[in-house]
Amino acid sequence: MRHRAARLAAVTAALAGLAACGDGSALAPKGPDAREIAGLWWLMFWLGLAVYVFVVALLFVVLRKRGKVDEPVPATPREGRGLIWGAGVGMTTVIIVVLVLVSYVVGGRIYDRRGTGGLRVEVVGYKFWWEVRYLDRPGAITANEIHIPTGRPVDLVLTSRDVIHSFWVPELAGKLDLVPGVRHVLSIQADRPGEFRGACAEYCGVQHANMLLLVVAQPPDEFEAWLDRQAQPRQAPADPLAQRGEEVFLRTPCGACHRVRGTPADADVGPDLTHFATRRTLGAGVRPNTRGHLGGWLSDPQAIKPGNLMPPTKLAPDELLALLAYMESLT
Amino acid sequence: MTTTEDARPDAARARLVEAWSTKPGFINWLSNVNHKAIGFRFIITSFIFLLIGGVQALLMRTQLMGPDLDVLGPDAYNEAFTLHGTTMMFLFAVPMLEGLGMYLVPLMIGTRDLPFPRLNAFGYWLYLFAGIFLYWSLFTGSVPDGGWFNYPPLAGPEFRPDSSIDFWLLGVTMTEVVGIVGALELVVCIARHRAPGMTLSRIPVFAWGVLVSSVMILFAFPPLVAGSLMLELDRKIGTHFYNPAAGGDPILWQHLFWIFGHPEVYIMLIPAVALIASMLPAVTRRGIVAYPLVVVSLVAIGFISFGLWVHHMFAAGLPALAMAFFTAASMAIAIPSGVQIFSLIATMWRGKLVWNTVLLYVVGFVLVFVLGGITGVMVASVAFDWQVHDTFFVVAHFHYVLIGGVVLPILGALHYWFPKLTGRLLDERLGKIAFWLIFGGMNLTFFPQHILGFLGMPRRVYTFQSGLGWDFYNLLSTLGAYATAAGFLVYSANMAINWSRGRPAGDNPWDAPTLEWATASPPPAYNFAAIPTVDSLYPLWEPKEASPHGQAGLLDDVEGQRREIVGSTILDAEAIEILELPGNTLWPLVAASAIVLFLFGVMIDSMIVGAVGLATVVGSLLGWLWTGPEWRHE
Repeated sequence: MRHRAARLAAVTAALAGLAACGDGSALAPKGPDAREIAGLWWLMFWLGLAVYVFVVALLFVVLRKRGKVDEPVPATPREGRGLIWGAGVGMTTVIIVVLVLVSYVVGGRIYDRRGTGGLRVEVVGYKFWWEVRYLDRPGAITANEIHIPTGRPVDLVLTSRDVIHSFWVPELAGKLDLVPGVRHVLSIQADRPGEFRGACAEYCGVQHANMLLLVVAQPPDEFEAWLDRQAQPRQAPADPLAQRGEEVFLRTPCGACHRVRGTPADADVGPDLTHFATRRTLGAGVRPNTRGHLGGWLSDPQAIKPGNLMPPTKLAPDELLALLAYMESLT
Repeated sequence: MTTTEDARPDAARARLVEAWSTKPGFINWLSNVNHKAIGFRFIITSFIFLLIGGVQALLMRTQLMGPDLDVLGPDAYNEAFTLHGTTMMFLFAVPMLEGLGMYLVPLMIGTRDLPFPRLNAFGYWLYLFAGIFLYWSLFTGSVPDGGWFNYPPLAGPEFRPDSSIDFWLLGVTMTEVVGIVGALELVVCIARHRAPGMTLSRIPVFAWGVLVSSVMILFAFPPLVAGSLMLELDRKIGTHFYNPAAGGDPILWQHLFWIFGHPEVYIMLIPAVALIASMLPAVTRRGIVAYPLVVVSLVAIGFISFGLWVHHMFAAGLPALAMAFFTAASMAIAIPSGVQIFSLIATMWRGKLVWNTVLLYVVGFVLVFVLGGITGVMVASVAFDWQVHDTFFVVAHFHYVLIGGVVLPILGALHYWFPKLTGRLLDERLGKIAFWLIFGGMNLTFFPQHILGFLGMPRRVYTFQSGLGWDFYNLLSTLGAYATAAGFLVYSANMAINWSRGRPAGDNPWDAPTLEWATASPPPAYNFAAIPTVDSLYPLWEPKEASPHGQAGLLDDVEGQRREIVGSTILDAEAIEILELPGNTLWPLVAASAIVLFLFGVMIDSMIVGAVGLATVVGSLLGWLWTGPEWRHE
């Protein structure tokens, strides 16, 4: 019995340990919120494991007891009530009081960081992508990729244009909902440069699974350079093919939904594409932003992400090539 | 105490049989209002819905077996998880437990029927129609896909203009009405119709569990009925309760939903835990340890569970102080839950264990439910919940709670009471195979999902990309689901095979101590030829000569051909009156059909169909009320 309990504990710990490592895990924290929550988890994990092992061990001791089945005894026994008061009430109460207090402390610290960042980034949820606006830098609008400077908290102002979404980057912080008509503030901070995967965590419709995002943490000077660039309008394409691509972009329905600053296309139904080529993914994280995937996406976005709002565009092969060249020029 | 079979003149016995009998024939079958017939139908129907919900789970797990699969596709996957949750909550768990309550409680507390038999029959028909109504959506092409929680604005008129959400709202509202109707019935039955001598401290634990959860239903279901009506008004006539653009608030729905939804968990859990405590004496040969404490903690769970709902909304951006309260309350519920578990262990410790399938389910319940309870304490922490909320960690958590705390007890209970329901025993070997497949399978399915949650896998995703470290755990989880399904196949086969061919059980195959085993298996329509007098929590274990009441019982003769039950006082269960119950009738079926017709009219925006339906509802209620039962005071 003891072996069984010990083995169970070992297996549980090993499995939980597996979860701790690996990229993208909430237990491999890269920022203060996630780190404090991971610490809280490990406290709860060990306490929980102790309780579970205790219960299982007790159960197995009881179950191994052998004896002849005899006449039933109807009276309500008084023995065993010590166990109920001691373990059921006493032990549980002590553990719970500890956990409630620690949980308050951790939650309080996380709350206290919110709104202190200085840098404010608005994240607007759409079915099924994220608009990202740097509120302190007019014009700096991008999508599905949030760049932040390392080593300082950044306030994300979260809201939604349609249904409820939820912002979650497990390595950096817990999640917070994007509710239409309301603005919530979440603080994120990355200690070191890196790319951190995020996802929508509130079911928001048919393509909830592919509403992904990336947080890119950069050293402050690199971040400033990036932000300066994002705030500028698009650079007029120099290459003739790309110039033709811009014509295609503006002639076809593309411009009816997307914005490319510096051109007449100024809609916000779909993501801002002014510096599209600098982004790492397309379709809100559904594919890497490479020429091949982009070609596939432009030809038939419904095949890759069925149910998203972008309709397929009928393009002649040369038009598609031109459009691709144009998209790649949007650096 | 003893029953008084054959201690009466034949003529009196014949009158009793005649008064309670249901003649053969389909129409008579439809008009049957006896609590055992209705309870049995609830049990069978909800078991079928359990299997249907299980098939949906298998489809989902197959879709998620590996990255980028295209077994279901996004639409079908979203419909599958919506129907899975809705089916398991509204069409399986609550109706199954109410069905067990309707069947067993009158037997356990020594009465002949539930106090409002026609209302009971009405509940069943409405339940059956609600299930058909919801699944009818499959044939219309607009299947509900808003999740079992159905949050607006996603479920509102702007984003779901088709009728999919209407199917959900109206179907679920019907099941809520069914729940309320059944709860009223069970509360009155347990309060007022216990056998003489069954004081509060002699009520079987299952009846206590049913009482607590029924009272909870009366408070928890109306908010969702109200919330659903408001959403239906938003959808049908353009009100703006949940529309933020017009000053409404989508978070209001979340409050209304979860102030139903969290007590709902305990509405299922309390009677299920009580099932375990009621089976325990038979397999440990001892009364349960600290019975009063167990009952008090069931009541405490019931109270506290109304103060937890916001822990489903920790990520919704509510004020910190409000959430702090809900952390403490959510964790506090571990204390009465701990009392249940340790009372169970203490009882096994004091007792002599009988190693049968029922005991396996009791042990499985402890192993699975305690783990789910521990992760439940964890997610009650606001800060920790911000990470795992709406991830597979939570999926794992609540499946441990609900499979451990509700499904395993129900499967054990069906094993235990199958002989009472059918007169036949289930096969022990098949029973054990099924248990190990289900127990092993569910652990393999859900344990890896804890890890997936930490690795960043949100809930309700129809697919995932490879290279995230999720593939292996998802594969394990799917294999576990297949094993669980195999277990359910064996379990169902065991029931099907032994339904008519099993070993005859006799009245009391387990040598169990409570009243339902004092009568034949299956019980006669009138349950007890004479109402027994009770002087113990475990009447069948008391030495016979110790009973001062001898062979006599109340109602051992019927006047004419009436269905009569005893009314007793709430606290001391002193018999004070005899009530006559109405007999078989078709009015409840007509009334339930008319309600569905009315709602169908609402669905298809047809004034005529709706008006005809409504008129038939009124008409059938008049017919229903035309003849009421008589009351006599003795």
